[in-house]
Amino acid sequence: MSTEFKTSKPIYGQIADRIIQQFVRGELRAGEKLPSVREMAIQSGVNPNTIQRTYGELERLGVVETKRGQGTFMTEKNEMKQKLRTDIQREMIQAFVNNMRQIGLSDEEIHDSVHECLKGGGES
Amino acid sequence: MITFDHVTKQYGKRKPLHDITYTFEQGKVYGILGPNGSGKSTMMKMIAGLVYPNEGAVLIEGKPVSRSIARNLAFLSTEGMLYNSFRVEQMIQFFQSQYPDFSMGKAGELLTFMELDRRQKVSELSKGEQGRLKLLLVLARKTDILLLDEPFIGLDPMVRETIVKGLVSFIDFGEQTVIITTHEITEIEPILEKALLLESGKVTASCNVEEVREEQGLSVLEWLKANVQKEELA
Repeated sequence: MSTEFKTSKPIYGQIADRIIQQFVRGELRAGEKLPSVREMAIQSGVNPNTIQRTYGELERLGVVETKRGQGTFMTEKNEMKQKLRTDIQREMIQAFVNNMRQIGLSDEEIHDSVHECLKGGGES
Repeated sequence: MITFDHVTKQYGKRKPLHDITYTFEQGKVYGILGPNGSGKSTMMKMIAGLVYPNEGAVLIEGKPVSRSIARNLAFLSTEGMLYNSFRVEQMIQFFQSQYPDFSMGKAGELLTFMELDRRQKVSELSKGEQGRLKLLLVLARKTDILLLDEPFIGLDPMVRETIVKGLVSFIDFGEQTVIITTHEITEIEPILEKALLLESGKVTASCNVEEVREEQGLSVLEWLKANVQKEELA
């Protein structure tokens, strides 16, 4: 299945986000080899230039390493995974808080409702 | 590089193309979008050397298009590509006999990829299979230019997805100049680099696909809707 892409963000960035999330969730392991640019392009149904950009961006962020003649690999640095997890966490919480404020909840109400949700069985 | 230099085409009073100036760079993937009758197919036929301009010139690598220049070009047209009495393998052999750049090896790979049966007759193929066979025939050639005129027309979403994957797998990105005319923008959008909008024979807008997302937060479809001046797209 090729992926649906959101319109609000460039496709290369959306694929980068997906790789980062898979890494944080443990679906991609540290040091694991990523598909070649062409393979990844086929899997995602996008132009290979887009994947080139995705890998370039991830390398700039230190999430992947390109080894000459061997391909692109997930970083083996443990602190990177930790940092990415914290980043994603912060981003999600920020988005949630923004949404809640937008519908008019006070910080105290947000706090209370989160607390209640966690107490009342968490996952839903 | 393909250049349209003030190109006008006229049939009687009708002007399918009106003073078009545009340059297609080598190795990029273009989408020509626009309502029916906007002149998309006429542009394609001109690049293929099947229709000549009344005014202006169409140039490939600086030379006016002629049938011989157009040999280095594969054209998936909406009609007249397949012969009903042929079997799939006969269509492949026929193309091989016509084009020295046709690769039997690539055709074999594409047969598997497109899940076509080489023994089947063209007349017995479903619309989706015919669409896949047409694509096989043009992708098995090694050409500088690949023109796809409405490759998705009448095909269901599953087939469209297979075709997009086929394109990503077999286009020579960075080398081949690919021009696709289409209405089905959503499927094709992730492989386009540039899009141009054609309305009533004029290029009314053009964009760089990733830039539109990055700078305006729009998909090509939304960009198109924001730019279409006359009629709504189907």
